[in-house]
Amino acid sequence: MKNKHIITALVRNHSGVLTRISGLFARRCFNIDSLAVCATENPELSRMTIVSDTNDGLAEQMVKQLDKLCDVIKVCELGGGRVSRELLLVKIRLTAAQRPEIESTCNIYKAKLVDLSPESVIVELSGEPNKLDALINILKPYGIIELARTGVTALERGGKAINE
Amino acid sequence: MKKLKGCQIIVECLIEQGVDCVFGYPGGQIIDTFDALYLASDRIKQVLTSHEQGAAHAADGYARASGKPGVVIATSGPGATNLVTGIANAYMDSVPMVAITGNVPVPLLGRDSFQEVDIAGITMPITKHNYIVKDVTKLADTVREAFEIAMSGRRGPVLIDVPKDVQQAVCDFEPKTPENHVLPPLKKNEIENAAAMINASRRPYIMTGGGCISSGASESIVRFAEKLGAPVCSSVMGLGSFPSSHPLFAGLVGMHGNAAVAKTLPECDLLITLGARFSDRVAQDRKAFMKQAKILHIDIDDAEIDKNIRSDAHLKGDVKTALEALLPLLAPTSESGWAKKVSELKAAHPFRPAGKKLDPRKIIESVRRNSMPDTKIATDVGQHQMWVAQSYGFERPRTFLTSGGLGTMGFGLGAAIGAAFASGSRPVLFTGDGSFHMNMNELATSVKYGAGVKIFLFNNNVLGMVRQWQTLFYGKRYSSTVLDLPTDYEALAKAFGAKSMTITKNDEIESVVKEALGTKDTVLINCVIESDDMVLPMIPPGKAMNDIIEEL
Repeated sequence: MKNKHIITALVRNHSGVLTRISGLFARRCFNIDSLAVCATENPELSRMTIVSDTNDGLAEQMVKQLDKLCDVIKVCELGGGRVSRELLLVKIRLTAAQRPEIESTCNIYKAKLVDLSPESVIVELSGEPNKLDALINILKPYGIIELARTGVTALERGGKAINE
Repeated sequence: MKKLKGCQIIVECLIEQGVDCVFGYPGGQIIDTFDALYLASDRIKQVLTSHEQGAAHAADGYARASGKPGVVIATSGPGATNLVTGIANAYMDSVPMVAITGNVPVPLLGRDSFQEVDIAGITMPITKHNYIVKDVTKLADTVREAFEIAMSGRRGPVLIDVPKDVQQAVCDFEPKTPENHVLPPLKKNEIENAAAMINASRRPYIMTGGGCISSGASESIVRFAEKLGAPVCSSVMGLGSFPSSHPLFAGLVGMHGNAAVAKTLPECDLLITLGARFSDRVAQDRKAFMKQAKILHIDIDDAEIDKNIRSDAHLKGDVKTALEALLPLLAPTSESGWAKKVSELKAAHPFRPAGKKLDPRKIIESVRRNSMPDTKIATDVGQHQMWVAQSYGFERPRTFLTSGGLGTMGFGLGAAIGAAFASGSRPVLFTGDGSFHMNMNELATSVKYGAGVKIFLFNNNVLGMVRQWQTLFYGKRYSSTVLDLPTDYEALAKAFGAKSMTITKNDEIESVVKEALGTKDTVLINCVIESDDMVLPMIPPGKAMNDIIEEL
């Protein structure tokens, strides 16, 4: 049975690491929904957050195969006790008259208007992916010009780091 | 502290790691490293092959025969890409190898310079790890780390790409003694679970794989099997880890395995898998495989646990260490007569002759009778390989050198040459006319270095294994498998400086084999067999063990 798995990995911060990891996923036929890479408190390490809609066995394989890569310092699956967020930027077509309506929608979602032009606005929202999906649905009727999502990034709750 | 050039650092680090010979082929971007090898030739031997692929297979054969990492060195561009099949071959069979390639100087990287290729990018999926070293001060530790990675855990190849200007740059060099490899500790609860599962079993079966050989576990496996009274079957990669002459040896498992194994595995209640990975040539029908039994999987690579087949318990670790931890905990309860039943079935289902006028099995058996138990036996890939796996009867680990995972035709001659350098003895190569034509150029290498490889060429004028599939599954449409080559093997051997002999019928076998094995020379023995000789038994691809074809 498929469900969402979030895998987080601390990897060495040098060129080629992303290729190694994406190559591993491609050749092992692991499907991924998103892969986000970011800097960490340690300049020598990056953090990768991988989201995959897959069965438990394959998620376990993903973790084990990642763990074999020399550039992966620590990898694990984040269970229920996690905080996960994604950032959305969405540009929608909008007349000046429609602006108050959008502002109140944004208030409900705690989203921000971050750019205005005579015929468009950019809305920014961070949150769980399903919250982002909901806002996108609401905004669709206005006409989405383009959108960008960062992919999920996540941390385990509590006072420990994954490499402790 | 000494100041050395990058190329000298490479060579010093190789010597530091105990490397006594390297296989390779020079070229423009690796000329400095070959220069450093030249200057160190009293401490490290260079073996020049005819082609980089042959060098990679030789390094592989050296590693399989000795247990030490094989080293191959090549230039950039085509030199590097010619290594690719050899590296992939070593990767699939978990063979420790360090490949060193030259590349264009750092300022020319990424500009499609002459003989530039991104070999690190190309070999990413077929190495445990690889490097491109752009800073000479990191070179020594990179080479050391490469050996550590190649030899630790599940072994495998590592590639180091070194641009020419890094080979020429100078920096301080401090020698270092390599550290001993530390085996990962076993988990106590996994040992206890495994022991409990074994002690609850009435009809246990052991399956050995390549990990048994890497781990040097042979003696432990014998004691383990004897204590349990459990029959032992082996994957192709595991052959030699358990003596074939042992009464508990049931035979080869898988597509061309012993019929007795296919008939008795479904009766066991526990399959204890040691350092094997349930490839599609063993667990052909993954859904049906061993549904009746529990599976205990012992392997050093965590990712192999539950990858192809879900196990009921596992013990992550080195096979030998794991067995030694288990042995004191065993209180065997095997059914009396279980092992005997398997051995009786084995006796009742021997391999049938594979040919009439000249039976390839008789040649294999004659070679074994006339060889030492530690003679290195290399093969290429195809029917001859399976006949050897079935019929040779390997007694010792590191004697059977074969391309198990990748199935590389053309592997054998290079591997045999590598084994000659590793063992200081003269190896045997069984090959087919198809495989031999792929990399026969290395005949020159065998003769030149006095490797004295005895090449038994099973000449059936066809690509026999593919033809066998075409006969059985493709309506006898022999598309591109009839070779009809004009090759005159006698003249060919002579041209390369080798001896030649011919076997055309059974009663010529013994005298020719004796004569061939008795000489120091490289000998090409043309064994003329029938085009339609087949490898049986056979479990058709994707089918279950009870679908075995024993005869046609």
